[in-house]
Amino acid sequence: MASLWEYANPRKFMTVSGALLPWVWGIAAVCLVGGLVWGFFFTPNDFRQGSTVKIIYVHVPSAIMAVNAWFMMLITSLIWLIRRHHVSALAAKAAAPVGMVFTLIALLTGAIWGQPMWGTWWEWDPRLTSFLILFLFYLGYMALWEAVDNPDAAADLTAVLCLVGTVFAVISRYALVFWNQGLHQGATLSLDAEQNIADVFWYPLITALAGFGFLFLALVLYRTRTEIRARRLKALIAQERMA
Amino acid sequence: MPDLGQYAIEVLSAYAASILLLLVIVIASVWKARRVLRRLSDVEERRGKTP
Repeated sequence: MASLWEYANPRKFMTVSGALLPWVWGIAAVCLVGGLVWGFFFTPNDFRQGSTVKIIYVHVPSAIMAVNAWFMMLITSLIWLIRRHHVSALAAKAAAPVGMVFTLIALLTGAIWGQPMWGTWWEWDPRLTSFLILFLFYLGYMALWEAVDNPDAAADLTAVLCLVGTVFAVISRYALVFWNQGLHQGATLSLDAEQNIADVFWYPLITALAGFGFLFLALVLYRTRTEIRARRLKALIAQERMA
Repeated sequence: MPDLGQYAIEVLSAYAASILLLLVIVIASVWKARRVLRRLSDVEERRGKTP
């Protein structure tokens, strides 16, 4: 059986990701469009929240993936720091803008949902505040990659920043458990079936979540391929200048 | 179109903002990929012609 580390070889990664990508894009499109159309057109209104409950199909998957994206960046950053595989550092770099967009969607849709339900667009509630800080960490992470010219130094510094930001990623997910206060409700999805929302909302939500998950995977694979090519381009230009 | 009642603006704007942002990240990724690939092809072609 092939070792996992084989995929850290850029050539191997390009071959495997090139073969996988059309399938991942396809599954992402089917699940995302299916989940959102199902949720928007074919689910009932909630007896308390009215039609605003339909915002759940974009808000919850984007919020979950915003935190998961940071955890993915944490794992790839650790691989870079420990094993110095360039592909893992580039995968973390590739994931950051995608995670940032998911965080922004979660913040915007949360504000739009919060206004009619809570009577305010924003509250300095533990979960909302930690999500805002996570968003700022995403921006800082991306800015740091651009600010440092040496790619290995940039990978080192951003990996350390990722470790620090993980604190806020954890707080974003478990803020309600830690503080048990604020306007935001508890977890929408739970491994305990009795605590979950009704099936009529649950199935389209899971489909939309799968769509966001596969879209993240597709974008990260696609963007990592671009980063590998950009790295090669930079190396070739440097060689030409030295010749 | 489902009956969104008094919250139609909120629901539609949440979906519009989400879809717009998803399109932005997908289009930006494709645009950057094409730009890098084109520049890489140019450099590799130039190097291939160099004796």
